[in-house]
Amino acid sequence: MSADAANHDAHTPSMYDWKRWVYSTNHKDIGTMYLIFAIIAGIIGGGMSGLIRWELAEPGLQVFDGMAFGGFFGDAQNYNVITTMHGLIMIFFMVMPAMIGGFGNWFVPLMIGAPDMAFPRMNNISFWLLPASFALAVMSMFVPGAGSANGFGGGWVLYPPLSTMGHPGPAMDLLILSLHIAGASSILGAINFITTIFNMRAPGMTMHKMPLFVWSILVTVFLLLLSLPVLAGALTMLLTDRNFGTAFFDPAGGGDPIMFQHLFWFFGHPEVYILILPGFGMVSHIVSTFSKKPVFGYLGMAYAMVSIGAIGFIVWAHHMYTVGMPVDLKAYFVAATMVIAVPTGIKIFSWIATMWGGSIEMRTPMMWAIGFIFLFTVGGVTGVVLANAGVDASLHDTYYVVAHFHYVLSLGAVFAIFAGWYYWFEKIWGVKYNSILARLQFLFFFVGANVIFFPQHFLGLQGMPRRYVDYADGFAFWNGVSSFGYLIMLVGMVLFFAVLIEAAIRRRKADANPWGEGATTLEWTLSSPPPFHQFNELPRIK
Amino acid sequence: MRFLTAIVLTWILASTSAFAFDVPVDGALGLQPAVTPIMERITEFHNLLLWIIIPITLFVMALLIWCMWRYSSKNNPVPSKNSHNTLLEVVWTALPVVILIAISVFSFPLLYYEEEIPDADFTIKATGNQWNWTYEYPDQGALEYPSIMVQEADLQPGQLRNLSVDYPLVVPIDATVRLQVTASDVIHNFAMPAFGTKIDAIPGRINEAWFQVTEEGTYYGQCSELCGQGHAFMPIEIHVVSQDAFDAWIAAEPGSDESNAVIAAYEAARNTRLAQLD
Repeated sequence: MSADAANHDAHTPSMYDWKRWVYSTNHKDIGTMYLIFAIIAGIIGGGMSGLIRWELAEPGLQVFDGMAFGGFFGDAQNYNVITTMHGLIMIFFMVMPAMIGGFGNWFVPLMIGAPDMAFPRMNNISFWLLPASFALAVMSMFVPGAGSANGFGGGWVLYPPLSTMGHPGPAMDLLILSLHIAGASSILGAINFITTIFNMRAPGMTMHKMPLFVWSILVTVFLLLLSLPVLAGALTMLLTDRNFGTAFFDPAGGGDPIMFQHLFWFFGHPEVYILILPGFGMVSHIVSTFSKKPVFGYLGMAYAMVSIGAIGFIVWAHHMYTVGMPVDLKAYFVAATMVIAVPTGIKIFSWIATMWGGSIEMRTPMMWAIGFIFLFTVGGVTGVVLANAGVDASLHDTYYVVAHFHYVLSLGAVFAIFAGWYYWFEKIWGVKYNSILARLQFLFFFVGANVIFFPQHFLGLQGMPRRYVDYADGFAFWNGVSSFGYLIMLVGMVLFFAVLIEAAIRRRKADANPWGEGATTLEWTLSSPPPFHQFNELPRIK
Repeated sequence: MRFLTAIVLTWILASTSAFAFDVPVDGALGLQPAVTPIMERITEFHNLLLWIIIPITLFVMALLIWCMWRYSSKNNPVPSKNSHNTLLEVVWTALPVVILIAISVFSFPLLYYEEEIPDADFTIKATGNQWNWTYEYPDQGALEYPSIMVQEADLQPGQLRNLSVDYPLVVPIDATVRLQVTASDVIHNFAMPAFGTKIDAIPGRINEAWFQVTEEGTYYGQCSELCGQGHAFMPIEIHVVSQDAFDAWIAAEPGSDESNAVIAAYEAARNTRLAQLD
């Protein structure tokens, strides 16, 4: 190596050099950009949920009545746009970038002892496609959709005919392009992760010695790789139905709107596991670190994730119990869906067994992780209820479903993200955070999220349908409680930024390993933050 | 206090259902009272599931709390290095399987009971439109009429905001009704919580469901598949009356003010009768 090249390797570009970020091929820089992107998208998506809870705080139309605040927020159609975009933004632009793009990029190479991702330039384009996609999604909210209203208000599931003849304006076309680009970004990312994990593990690190977070990302990206092309196909058919006179989903031309639902959920069901699996991996590390014990039943944990991923592909139509499927088909989907409870149960009990006999320190990430385990259990058991098509005849498309998937996503995936955030905060930023503020944030989030979403079970059982801008007066009480919970969670969100600002101002130098003997993965052998290029000499795993 | 009132109210409504009036009850915790055999079975099955899922959740919570206390670094400074226990792993794999099999023993019969439509007395066809329903009684001579939500400003005493319609569906008590559902534009969903009925209305398809209502009364449901701007404003109202009143209603041509008057007179008489009985 020439002296120049050696110099170049040692040189860390300036924070303020725009080329460092725009041209970045460094997995840590790209991971940081993903995390910042996820935070920005999270603010927007979270703000939208605030509008939703504000509207639903009491019966009648308050925010989306076409007149309030000079008609700024528009009418019921704009409410539908807000719920649609809340879902899409939280899924595609908050949880996925944070977990896979952010933590995945940062810690998969570090954990397997690799210098970087396998295809650093592809990593760059994976990230930069995402702001482009997000820009299209945001633009779609400001161009005509249905009637006189702007934006697409047909729900994140994009069911035709509401997404074809129901929204003649260009808003839906922009959204289709946005999701195509987001999908391309994820597929490129998935190829990168698969290649990295299969080919760039440090000498001695066999598949069965891989940290569980790496396993979780591996399963996740396989789900992405196999499911996203199906979404892309469905989206393309929507696009041609809308613009080029095809009739894939139009019954008038011999098509079938239900075919779209099958294609969508063949992607959509693996997608919900894509959102939660990396969280499983992170929580395993955190529980093990703070119990000062190795993960209980490592192989069982790894293969539980693999089987959740595999079964995730054969249960999609449990989202469609009311479309009029043959009863035997429904019976199959009931059985297949309930099977998922088994590997999920293995994971829950293995986490508890990891804690059992440990020497547990209730540091900030551990609080989030234990919160995750409990809330995910609540979301899991209501999932078993919904799996039964017989009961789903009552609960389908009610607030019970909303409560269920927010317990596994808003309280599950998001709690896992915060657990990972506070677990790796010092490693990523190189500074310490104020753990009292961070614990307070946990407290407000835990209470707030439960106050928001637990009453929604009651609303759903009483029959309140989803995606309603205004409800019958009999649903007023629990909706009021739910909206109050949003205020509690809002305080938690403010505390999150308080932690960030406090850490940014105080800049206390971080330790390489703040967690002690329990933290055994390779990223803790490096400084905090790690050097710009790490593992120039590959570590050897015994 | 409001919460307590609501619970007491739920209980009173549930226990005095001689004349059912199934509306969402403020502050209620559970399913709406069942008035069809399907919904009775759904309620039973759901109650059974509660007996499974609540103890599991409490069990997990108790284990977590126990671990946090007993194995805190203060109470247990030296961690064990134990990371395997084959017996335990087999048990927590096998036990959920057993529980799931137990659930499915009750789940599948319920599903087939809902889906296998018995010999029906007559058929009702409901068509979802943006944003109202069109009803048809083909067996009674292909009568068709639209059913539109009553706007808040036009509500009469006794009518409910976002739930009452101008021309409701009317069915006789104890009749087995086959429901055929389709849509004219986008996908809608015909949902009636007290009946346990929920079926998508899809353009180009006809979906079927059935119900047999065992209690006279007025029941309300709402569209349950996002269908655009007026999604929240296309409710379903069904009056369950005696066979005689139903025949008189059919004769008065459903969807006319005369037909509404027939039902109103019948229900007023019934309310008076019930009041005298008290």
